[in-house]
Amino acid sequence: MKKLRVLIVDDSTVMRKIVERSLRQAGLELAEVREASNGAEALAEVQNNNLDLILSDINMPSMDGIEFLRALGGVEGAKGVPVVMITTEGSEARVVEALSVGAKGYIRKPFTPDQVKERVSSLLGGNS
Amino acid sequence: MSSSLRHVSHAPTRPESTWRALLESAAVEVFEIMAGARLEPIVDCQDEPQGDRTAMVGMAGALCGMMTIRCSGESAAKLASRMLDGDAAENPTTACDALGELCNMVAGNFKSKVSILADRCMLSVPTVIRGEDYVMQPVNFNEALTLVLSFEGAPLWISLVIHV
Repeated sequence: MKKLRVLIVDDSTVMRKIVERSLRQAGLELAEVREASNGAEALAEVQNNNLDLILSDINMPSMDGIEFLRALGGVEGAKGVPVVMITTEGSEARVVEALSVGAKGYIRKPFTPDQVKERVSSLLGGNS
Repeated sequence: MSSSLRHVSHAPTRPESTWRALLESAAVEVFEIMAGARLEPIVDCQDEPQGDRTAMVGMAGALCGMMTIRCSGESAAKLASRMLDGDAAENPTTACDALGELCNMVAGNFKSKVSILADRCMLSVPTVIRGEDYVMQPVNFNEALTLVLSFEGAPLWISLVIHV
């Protein structure tokens, strides 16, 4: 089973820690967890790391999750890296917008580790 | 501004009779799932909101206003400790971050329960005030729904302030 290199993007330090803990509680083996507090920081992380998975908030200052997804399309190292949005937005329109620009799934806050496991496992298949 | 809000009517949205129960349900769910905390309603509490931590999340679109959660610094630290399994909760910045995220999730969970808001209202990123010597003074006429809930025996005020 491959250990995953994951990027967690959220302007809240607390939420980044909770997402990481949820991934571990879900039984995923993590080789490395990178963090970014907005989309611009995340783009730099994507360019410098060979990632297996990105989990990103939508509402963030500087560059939000939707802008990040749009910019990610032009990054060579990001091709094929699944992105899951983790958001408080109950808005179906925002979720559809995220999916239309490249997100592979979404998790709505508040979330349980089981919900994280379900979404991530379905994306990564044998890796989880 | 998201394209999803471009065609929103600016007719004022007034609170409906069901919103109090929906707000309580939204808050109880968020605190239970994210902090393992069971909130209990405090009935007939006449105290004004107090406490030196106030988290705020702005709401814009079909509903313009603000969600706030106010509590003591001690309660905020306990909540952060629960959310992080005790990790780093002594850090006041972490406690404020945790309270802001809880407020953000309560606002998001509330609007997802109100069908006319779900796709027509956006949230700001959270802001947290430290200190209690302040007065919130909305510039427009407003209505407020305020719940007083007990967290580990201490009161916690959750308010939805609506510009109408």
